[in-house]
Amino acid sequence: MRQESMQVIKHGEIADQIFEMKLQGELVCEITEPGQFVHILVDGASHSIAPLLRRPISISSANTSEKTMTLIYRGGGLGTGLLSKTAVGQSVDVLGPLGHGFPVMEAARGGHALIIGGGVGVPPLYGLSQALKEREIKVTHILGFRSAKDVFYQQAFEELGQTFIMTEDGTCGLKGRVTDVLGQLDFDIAYACGPLPMLRALENQITEKPLYLSLEQRMGCGIGACMACVAHTTDPNDSKGYRRVCSDGPVFKAREVELC
Amino acid sequence: MLDVHLPGLNLKNPVMPASGCFAFGAEYGDLYDLNELGAVIIKAATLEPRFGNPTPRVAETAAGMLNAIGLQNPGVDKIIRQELPRFEKLDVPVIANIAGSEMEDYIKTAEKISEQTVVHALELNISCPNVKHGGIAFGTVPEVAAELTRKVKSVSKKPVYVKLSPNVTDIVAMAKAVEEAGADGLSMINTLLGMRIDLKTQRPVLSNLTGGLSGPAIKPVAIRMIYEVSQKVSIPIIGMGGIQNADDVIEYFLAGASAVAVGTANFVDPFICPKIIKELPKKLKAMGISDINELIGRSWKHV
Repeated sequence: MRQESMQVIKHGEIADQIFEMKLQGELVCEITEPGQFVHILVDGASHSIAPLLRRPISISSANTSEKTMTLIYRGGGLGTGLLSKTAVGQSVDVLGPLGHGFPVMEAARGGHALIIGGGVGVPPLYGLSQALKEREIKVTHILGFRSAKDVFYQQAFEELGQTFIMTEDGTCGLKGRVTDVLGQLDFDIAYACGPLPMLRALENQITEKPLYLSLEQRMGCGIGACMACVAHTTDPNDSKGYRRVCSDGPVFKAREVELC
Repeated sequence: MLDVHLPGLNLKNPVMPASGCFAFGAEYGDLYDLNELGAVIIKAATLEPRFGNPTPRVAETAAGMLNAIGLQNPGVDKIIRQELPRFEKLDVPVIANIAGSEMEDYIKTAEKISEQTVVHALELNISCPNVKHGGIAFGTVPEVAAELTRKVKSVSKKPVYVKLSPNVTDIVAMAKAVEEAGADGLSMINTLLGMRIDLKTQRPVLSNLTGGLSGPAIKPVAIRMIYEVSQKVSIPIIGMGGIQNADDVIEYFLAGASAVAVGTANFVDPFICPKIIKELPKKLKAMGISDINELIGRSWKHV
C-alpha cells in the first residue's frame, strides 16, 4: 500500500452520473486481486477540508504493464461531484491498493463462474471477469441497473462472456431483477457486488455453491484502524466476532458476516 | 528542540496519535516506523471485550466527522497479551486509554494495564460520548470525575492523565476538580456531541443517533478550553482536536498545551504524524524558537 499522486489520463461520463477515470502510477503494481479498492482524497493538493475524508472507490480493472487502473464511480455527492470535475492531466491523491478482493483461485480451471452485479457494484466485477477469463474459466454475467440510462460496460462484459442485463423498468435487456434469471443458469462458483438487498437475496438462493460477496460500508481510515466499517461474524464462536470491511474485506465468503 | 518532559513521559517530540484513531499501532506500524512518534495513545481498553455500536458508525460533516464506534476493543487482558508486546521492541512510550461503565471497571482495568512495562501513563477516558452507561457521566459532574480520578490514582502504577469532555458548561471546574484529586495531567478535548440527519431517510445517519464530532471543526473549541484551563491548573495538558499540520501544533502550544495528539487527520493522511514532526522544527526555526516548550501558554502570558 502506498500514497501516491496519480495522473489522470482519461476521464469521462459513461452513463447517467457514472464516471470512468483512468489513473497512472506505481501504485498499480501493488494490486494483487480484482475487487481491491483505493481511498481517494478529493482535491488533496489544495488541502481543502470540504470534503474532509477520503472516498473509497473500487478498482474496476488494472493494466500492470501500462501502470494504469480504471475506476468507475457514481458522481453527485460532495466528494464524487468534485472528483468528477478533475481534468485529464491533473493528479489525484490516492491511497491503496486496499483490502482483500475476490479469490480468483477458488474457481477451478475449466469451470464456470457466475458474476452478479448491481448498479455501482458492477465496476470491480469487470476486472474479476477478466482475471477469471485469463485462467480459462467460463464467465457468465448478470448485471442489474435501474434503467437504460444507468447501464455501462455492456459490450465490455459481453466480450468476456454471456451477459444478462436486467433493468427495473425493462428499458434495456430484460425487465426484472438479477435473481430472476439465476435459476436457469448452471455454474460452479459465484461472485457478487451490489446493494445489500441483492446480496441478501443471493445468499438465500445460492446455498449449494461457493459464493463471494463484496460489501460496501461507510469508512473512516480505510486501513483497519478506526473500526468504523465493522460487520458481525455469523459464527457466534468466532474468536473476534467481527470483520473490518476495509481491511479484512471488502470481499467475504457468503454468510461469513451478517449483512446489515 | 522538540523534546518534552511530562509526568511519566520523556518524549522526543510532542506529537502522538490520539486514542481511537490508531487502534493498537499495528496498521500504522506497517506504514512507517512508530519510533518516529513522541508517544502512542492506544485505543480505549475496557475490562471486558466490547463489540461497540451497530453501523453506520461514522458520518462526515463540514470540516469534521461524527463517530459512534462505541469503544470496541478486545478487553484489557487480550490487549495486554496480544497488542502491547508489539511495543516491547520499540522505543516509543505507550499511553493506555482506559474506559468503563462502573467505577470498579476503571479501577480493575487501570490496575492491570498500568503494571505493564511498555505503558508509561494512563489516559482516563471519562468523556466518551458513545456509550450508554459511564463514560460521559463521569466526565460531566466534577465531584464524580474527582472521585474516579482519586480511585484510579490509588491503584495506578503510572501517572494518570484525565481526558476531559468539552460537553460541559464549566471546563475549568472539571479540570480543577481532577487536579485536586491527584491527576498528573489532562487530555483536552474529547469529541463534541453531535448529530447528522439524512435528508432522504429523514433519520439520523448514525445508528447510535448521536456521535462525537472531531476534526478541524472543533479546533477553536479546544483552543479556547485549553487557553482557559491552562491558566488555572498547574498540571500539563495534552491538547487535541482538529490538528492537521505543524501550525496547528504551535497554536495548541500557544494556548497552553505541553504536547498534542492528532486524531481524525490520520484518516485523511495516514502519514500525517511523521509529516508534522518533520515540519515542526522548520516552523520553530522560522519563528526564532529553539525549544518548543518556550511556546507553552504564550498567548495568555502576553496578555
